Amino acid sequence: MERTTLDLWVGAFVVAGMGALVLLAFKVGNLSTYNVSDTYQLQAYFTNIGGLKPTASVRSAGVLVGRVKDISLDTERYEAKVTMTIDKRYQFDQDTYAKVLTSGLLGEQYIGLSVGGDSEMLKPGDTIKHTQSAVILEDLIGKVINMIAEGSSKPQDANSKN
Amino acid sequence: MPVKKSIAGLGHRVVDAVWRIGYAARFFALTLLYSGVSFRRFRLTVKELYFTGVMSLIIILVAGAFVGMVLGLQGYETLKRYGSESALGTLVALSLVRELGPVLSAMLFAARAGSAMTAEIGLMKATEQLSAMELMAVNPIGRVVAPRFWAGVISMPLLSAMFSAMGVYGGYFVGVVVIGVDEGSFWSQMQSAVDFHHDVMNGVIKSFVFGVAVTIIAVFEGYDAPPTAEGVSGATTRTVVQSSLVILMLDFILTAFMFRGD
Repeated sequence: MERTTLDLWVGAFVVAGMGALVLLAFKVGNLSTYNVSDTYQLQAYFTNIGGLKPTASVRSAGVLVGRVKDISLDTERYEAKVTMTIDKRYQFDQDTYAKVLTSGLLGEQYIGLSVGGDSEMLKPGDTIKHTQSAVILEDLIGKVINMIAEGSSKPQDANSKN
Repeated sequence: MPVKKSIAGLGHRVVDAVWRIGYAARFFALTLLYSGVSFRRFRLTVKELYFTGVMSLIIILVAGAFVGMVLGLQGYETLKRYGSESALGTLVALSLVRELGPVLSAMLFAARAGSAMTAEIGLMKATEQLSAMELMAVNPIGRVVAPRFWAGVISMPLLSAMFSAMGVYGGYFVGVVVIGVDEGSFWSQMQSAVDFHHDVMNGVIKSFVFGVAVTIIAVFEGYDAPPTAEGVSGATTRTVVQSSLVILMLDFILTAFMFRGD
């Protein structure tokens, strides 16, 4: 085979392979949501994070504003310390509320930020003071069962008094 | 004594196998050692890239598309029972990128290009072309084996990426275009579930490892083939069988290390 045709085919092959890889990275994978633009870090302490994992999304009003970078147990307070990287474009005030939420009934967990009314903004490295832990389905079921048990026992008490 | 004889036979086989593994390892080291030529004279490698990579394109692309379409059909049938058809994109993409892409394309590559490599090198040996090279002070490992090895190692990750990409579009075609799963949830659920570093890059690492394994088996079997018609045909069969088994075993080991615990 002629040298240039061979080179052309091999070149096209390599370009197609690289193209497939880029496609996998951006169209199939989540590389497009990795923000290479400037970010800053915020911390928050939760008494229970449920099934939150690193790289989980941080959303405010449903909009992706950052990602969970690191999760560790603070052995002084025995609470989960969650470090988040937030896009520089989005600033949050000191009164911001951080909640561990679930998308859908059994979906993946993420952190929701809802803004308070303070005029002071959170600076890079600050800690979010107001947090709400994940809703643990087992605890909830336990409470419901207790409530039902109490509810059914009360009328009996009332009957015995009569 | 039949017992003594059979035990001796077993021992002979074990010693033979260990000797062969050692010989293959030495051959692998020599291939890496004499790889300079395949980069200094990159033309040699480009020529082999054409025969291993470009010629395998059609089988990889067609197989990838059909595997993706089957995944789309079967995945839809199963997910429908749980009312989560929108997770079809996730299912198709994750199974392709993590497992099916690297493994199936490596197996097809072993059958399509590996067997050809073995037959070519085996016949070169049988027709004494390799000895002729040595007589002319040309190192046959550097001149014949190393360019083929590197061509295989370079083309394997590329082929596997193309396989996965074709598969995702095959799944898209069946799932979204034919069955009518919602297009937006197909892509967005896929993107939120497939992580670039954890899934895509690990798939690339897998296919790179498979590329090294398949091509080194192929060139070794060719180089080691008995110089007869029967010997070459046996070596070609061994290449396909051994590389398929090695791919599956390596895949288990790599998966155990990459995706455990989460």
